[in-house]
Amino acid sequence: MANKRRKKRKIFSPIYLTLVLIILYLPILMVVIYSFNSGRTIAAWQGFTTNWYTRLFNNALMADALKNSLILAGLSAGFAGVIGTLGAIGLANGHLKGGSFIESLATLPMMIPELVLGMAYLAVFTAVGVKLGMAALVLTHTTFCVPYVFINVKSRLVGMDPAIEEAARDLGASPLRVLRDITIPLIMPAVISGMMLAVAMSIDDVVISFFVTSAETTTLPLKVYTGLRSGGTPEINALSTLMLAAIFVIVGLSQLLRARSDKKLYASKQ
Amino acid sequence: MDEAMSEVLLSLKHISKNFGEGDVLSDVSLDVKRGEFVTLLGASGCGKTTTLRIVAGLETPDTGEVILNGQDMTSLPPESRPVNTVFQSYALFPHMNVEKNVAYGLKVRGADKKTIAARVKEMLELVQMSDYAGRMPAQLSGGQRQRIAIARALAPQPQLLLLDEPLGALDLQLRRQMQIELKRLQKKLGITFIYITHDQEEAINMSDRIAVMKGGKFEQLGTPEEIYDRPATRYVAQFIGRSTILTGKVKHTNGFSAVIETGNGSFTVDSAHAKLTEGEMCDLCVRTERMRASKTPVEGFSLPATVREARYAGGSVLTYVTLRDGTEVVAEGVERMADAPNPGDTVYMHWNPAQAAVIGGASYGA
Amino acid sequence: MAHKSALRAADTRRNALFVLPMTLFAVVLVALPLIYVLGTSLVQSGQDFSFGATFTLQNYKSLLRTDYLMVFFNSLKLAFLTTLVSFIIGYPFGYCMARAGRRWKALLMMLVIIPFWTSALVRIYGWKILLQGSGPVNGVLKSLGLIEKNIKFLGSYGSVLLAMVYCMISFMILPCHSAVDKMDFTLVEAARDLGSKPWKAFLDVTLPLTMPGILAGCVLVFVPSVGIFYLSDIMGGGLVLVGNLIRDQLLKVRDWNTGSAMSMVLIVLTAGIYLVYRKSGGDDLGVF
Repeated sequence: MANKRRKKRKIFSPIYLTLVLIILYLPILMVVIYSFNSGRTIAAWQGFTTNWYTRLFNNALMADALKNSLILAGLSAGFAGVIGTLGAIGLANGHLKGGSFIESLATLPMMIPELVLGMAYLAVFTAVGVKLGMAALVLTHTTFCVPYVFINVKSRLVGMDPAIEEAARDLGASPLRVLRDITIPLIMPAVISGMMLAVAMSIDDVVISFFVTSAETTTLPLKVYTGLRSGGTPEINALSTLMLAAIFVIVGLSQLLRARSDKKLYASKQ
Repeated sequence: MDEAMSEVLLSLKHISKNFGEGDVLSDVSLDVKRGEFVTLLGASGCGKTTTLRIVAGLETPDTGEVILNGQDMTSLPPESRPVNTVFQSYALFPHMNVEKNVAYGLKVRGADKKTIAARVKEMLELVQMSDYAGRMPAQLSGGQRQRIAIARALAPQPQLLLLDEPLGALDLQLRRQMQIELKRLQKKLGITFIYITHDQEEAINMSDRIAVMKGGKFEQLGTPEEIYDRPATRYVAQFIGRSTILTGKVKHTNGFSAVIETGNGSFTVDSAHAKLTEGEMCDLCVRTERMRASKTPVEGFSLPATVREARYAGGSVLTYVTLRDGTEVVAEGVERMADAPNPGDTVYMHWNPAQAAVIGGASYGA
Repeated sequence: MAHKSALRAADTRRNALFVLPMTLFAVVLVALPLIYVLGTSLVQSGQDFSFGATFTLQNYKSLLRTDYLMVFFNSLKLAFLTTLVSFIIGYPFGYCMARAGRRWKALLMMLVIIPFWTSALVRIYGWKILLQGSGPVNGVLKSLGLIEKNIKFLGSYGSVLLAMVYCMISFMILPCHSAVDKMDFTLVEAARDLGSKPWKAFLDVTLPLTMPGILAGCVLVFVPSVGIFYLSDIMGGGLVLVGNLIRDQLLKVRDWNTGSAMSMVLIVLTAGIYLVYRKSGGDDLGVF
């Protein structure tokens, strides 16, 4: 009886997992497949072609959008990495006055609808006279990327045995040296995963970018969004496929790196 | 005077520390001699770890001074003190291999590569971990991590080694083995150790002197023998070993011996150490293994009791008796069950007066 | 534990210096814009938030229109349904994932995270392809003989809900998975040992013990769901949500004051849920 039931669960679990995963990936697969559709619209499959990729590569506007998105994601994740990590180190012990207020304020963008933030930025930037465009994009993206780095790094720091840093001091290292030799290497995986999240968030953002960008500066997701609103073209599919490929490579690499460092740090005793 | 100065390595003077919720340490003073093995013993929360952290510089005292080699170190940061610590959690750097862990203290102090390599090799040999130089801490067992933590702390040649319950996480057998090894190491290197434990057996086995702590104060500071045989307070008597404590009034004393009268009868004690005065209350502490139950009355003692049970305890028999007022007492001494009294028998409790401690005067009730 | 990290605390000056850039960002780019929105929502229609402006609660009062209230209600309803469906599908997934073998677990985790990293727009676009009139889903149903005419999926409430769940479900799966993963399953065995039936053991032990993860997942799904607007736009069907309403106020009607008032209500709603969650002892939401 019990055996039968266990068997039932053994069968149910993989079937369920597979089913959900198929549903999760099916739409992504569709985007990829239809990027090779020779038809002018996505309405029907009309044969195989790689034309859309060639067109994409020859499209100067697309190249510009890609360049903008990469610069934006790179700068925002970089700034957020530094700002969030420093903030996490500074706030990790909870002794700073007003620390929890600053923490709540800095992580608030995660909890506010993007639309509201976007309009708030547009309103303030216009009122104060900040020029819309790349600089405004970097500032706003950095702001909503900081929480991802901060939370990741802080939870790593809080989970760390304080004795490890104390031991380094005890062995003769100055506070700055401890930061360099011990703290930063130990929180590095969290910094990197936080920054990668930041890249994902920035490269994916439509709403806030929509508000603070200028007519001359467009980003990939904005391109995709305008393309989709007008029904979608195989060119958009091709673009999306390339974005997907890039993300698969990034995630694959990061998982590989993580698995390797985990193996080194947490290898079982046996 | 000069000689006495150089003999003392570390001296804590009137150290107090308060974390905002009452004193963790209040007015603690301690002199540690060069090459000495001093143990701070006490239950958790007694202030022993805070004392150690103040010596290491990981905590600053509110008042008082930490003096090492005659120099005031109270406000020196931990990296500037010639003192190293073996942490309770070992605190090995998880991202460095064994070799780099042990080398770290030398590296930050700017030693050259050759010196570091030689010293690391020497340290790993000392703790018998030479084969593990390339391993990561996660690949080591608890006992092995412990050895590396000790090697790492010893590598910069500290004048004083602080050990915070270093054996706490190990199982009993490994702990006994490490006790012996640590003691051997300390003797061999001649380094002064301050050792923290809550395990009284460990403290007695290893230490030159023990400070029993309670509520941020030293209850008693003395050699293991003094602590065991002459507990200064009731707390020490109860915390260390198993003993019976009898409370009574000093009936009369001649300075060397005194007669104590209790509700259960009276007995004679050695009072040379206790300085008793007639009429005052005092506690008498007798270790279980020194308490005897005789089938016939013994001179100087009139403590009749009823046997409840006799139980074989491996090598000796424990006799559980009840005194007249209901106090329960355990006696040892008989080696075979055949010699033990039967339940319900009346026996007479006694002991060697020289081996019992009297806690009287100012210490009474402490 | 009183001496947890005295050394880090001792470096107050350094810590303050480290926190400075984040503080600047938080004040200038979070607090200031929000204060500006609040201010704008409190001045008379058509005016900017400045010293000369006339303060009024009129913008908030103007929200009390049946059609606006219906929009708010619809947004909350959609967010609620999204959360519910995400839980029903996501919890068992997180559970099965946590109970899978160690090697599978890492792979599954990666497979769940990858879509989360890819653009929501692109993924919804995939659904559009799948569900369109002459798309693969209708094709398959037809060839199976289940339907005769193409079903118009796009634009239906169901299709919007599908898109929402699809975009949010990772936020449910991951905290549920980590809660189940952390749970001590000997407790379930103990319950079974004491005579509990499997489903009873699940209700009595597993569910309460994984509740923190479930709650975290619900907050993580619900809060963004209230504010999202472009999904229903892309899926078509003309469902008007708070997001659409605010966008239209800003870009079409150009009534920033009413738009700001709407935004404030939305913020109070979402931040309020989060605050209640944290005050009632909820976990930090840094699950990723």
